[in-house]
Amino acid sequence: MFQIRIHGRGGQGVVTAAEILSVAAFDEGRHAQAFPSFGSERTGAPVVSFCRFDDREIRTHEPVMEPDAVIIQDVTLIHQVDLFSGLSSDGYVLINTSNGFSDLGFGDFFDHYRPERLMTCPATEIALEHLGRPLPNAALLGGFAALTGELTWDAIDKAVREHFSGPVGERNAIAAKAAFDYVDSKIKETARASTN
Amino acid sequence: MLRQIEGSKAIAETVALCRPEVVCAYPISPQTHIIEAVGAMVKEGTLAPCEFINVESEFAAMSVAIGASATGARAYTATASQGLLFMMEAVYNAAGLGLPIVMTLANRAIGAPINIWNDHSDAMAVRDSGWIQLFAESNQEASDLHVQAFRLAEELSVPVMVCVDGFILTHAVEGVDLLDQSFVDAFLPPYEPRQMLDTEAPVSIGAMVGPEAFEEVRYLAHLRQLDALERIPAIASEFFEATGRESGGLVRPYRTDDADTVIVAMGSVLGTLKDAVDARRDLGERVGVLGVTSFRPFPSEAVRDALASARQVVVIEKAFSIGAGGVLSNDIAIAIHHEQTLLRTVVAGLGGRAITRRSLEKVLEEASRDELATLTFLDLDRDAVDRERARMQATRRSGPSAENLLRDRATVAPKVRA
Repeated sequence: MFQIRIHGRGGQGVVTAAEILSVAAFDEGRHAQAFPSFGSERTGAPVVSFCRFDDREIRTHEPVMEPDAVIIQDVTLIHQVDLFSGLSSDGYVLINTSNGFSDLGFGDFFDHYRPERLMTCPATEIALEHLGRPLPNAALLGGFAALTGELTWDAIDKAVREHFSGPVGERNAIAAKAAFDYVDSKIKETARASTN
Repeated sequence: MLRQIEGSKAIAETVALCRPEVVCAYPISPQTHIIEAVGAMVKEGTLAPCEFINVESEFAAMSVAIGASATGARAYTATASQGLLFMMEAVYNAAGLGLPIVMTLANRAIGAPINIWNDHSDAMAVRDSGWIQLFAESNQEASDLHVQAFRLAEELSVPVMVCVDGFILTHAVEGVDLLDQSFVDAFLPPYEPRQMLDTEAPVSIGAMVGPEAFEEVRYLAHLRQLDALERIPAIASEFFEATGRESGGLVRPYRTDDADTVIVAMGSVLGTLKDAVDARRDLGERVGVLGVTSFRPFPSEAVRDALASARQVVVIEKAFSIGAGGVLSNDIAIAIHHEQTLLRTVVAGLGGRAITRRSLEKVLEEASRDELATLTFLDLDRDAVDRERARMQATRRSGPSAENLLRDRATVAPKVRA
């Protein structure tokens, strides 16, 4: 089972992101589940959504307590919400920001984590460029696929286009691909740096 | 066709396959996407002939369903929480009149304090109304149950409530194998009303009945529910033959055969519970689960059989009778009626508190060590309760408890060290 928790703010498509991930996993023949953290949704308020997928039937309906990956759609949540609760030291972190991971003021918090699994991605900038709107969710899903390898790019591409039909789907898919390429190249860069 | 779909939408599509002729609802929170989706299908003409009636309140929603059903139409509505309570009088009337309305209840807590999250308080509030109440374990079952519900309701002339955990199921996107129209058409024949408001053959429905016949009317309603104890498993087994899916039925045992302790529960917690039981089984504990699908009628005999060899029975309930204890537990106690069985109640998940596998495993562990108290409240913050009790003792004007507890809780979110 692979479990993802997505943190963002109301209006950023946090719930939609989890749903698209679950559709992508479903399209790849896996069992998948996505659900919001149930609250009174208000624009700008912290929102959490969850996605889990597995090769076996998923029976549980508990929230994701021990995520394998955390996606942060809004960097301003870092000092407000307990974002990394339950994340194991093997876990993945993808944060939407144009800063690097080490610029975010985490101090030694991530010392025991695997650095190649901690990633930032300027998803809002990418979204502004391709959608003209600051909606980072689809872009981050591309970044997630590149970072974790848990879902293929094709599955993300198809699920994004399925969810946002027509030209909006096309633009979101392009944004997702841009983020995929960005994260992919950062991973390769890091790998090169560590072998040199 | 297997689709990755939100629970509410899967239910809406299944309801549409049942060809309801009148759908009435009051589209305000608390509601789900079910009514929204059914309404859209009526507007698009994909669900036709069907009249969608946007009413002015929940009370009107059930009243219109009663009127529609009394004219011989297949009627459907959905509600939750306070909405159900607002329609309470009409809920009793629908059952008293023997009108086969089907209603989805997206189970949610009841205020005060205001709370929109899941528990079973709403369903429990109408448990004596005469409606059949079926609880879904998953979105697959929630969808399938609606087809069975219309069939059951119309065969017996009893309204059926399909209880689906609000948010946990209704808002979850999962794989659901949706039925096809030809199957539903064959499974669910056109509605043949036993009674009908008809200008060609006029009758009165719902006249005053005094002491001379009221008890008999109620007893007949009881007999129809007893008939349902035969029909529910029969319909579920017919459904299984055709689809291969175990949806519906009276009770569903899981690893109970040699179980020393059996946990009884209803609804979506059963999935998490099965995972917890598998984990405890791996550690050698003899534990099992009994899911109760039919809460009304209560399947006493099936429950008794399923729990016959258990030394200890633990009932996990998402509601309780304040001042008394477990509601489901009470029915279980009457059903098993042997004093040597230890019966424990765990109240859990109130107002949407997450029931985690970890907490469930703790319950199972305590149960296997015989350390579980008669009545436990899962993950209760005892310190918070004690603080409020102390405040109440210290001063007369201690203020509203709910707000006091919230103020206590308002700790700053744990910060990542900067």
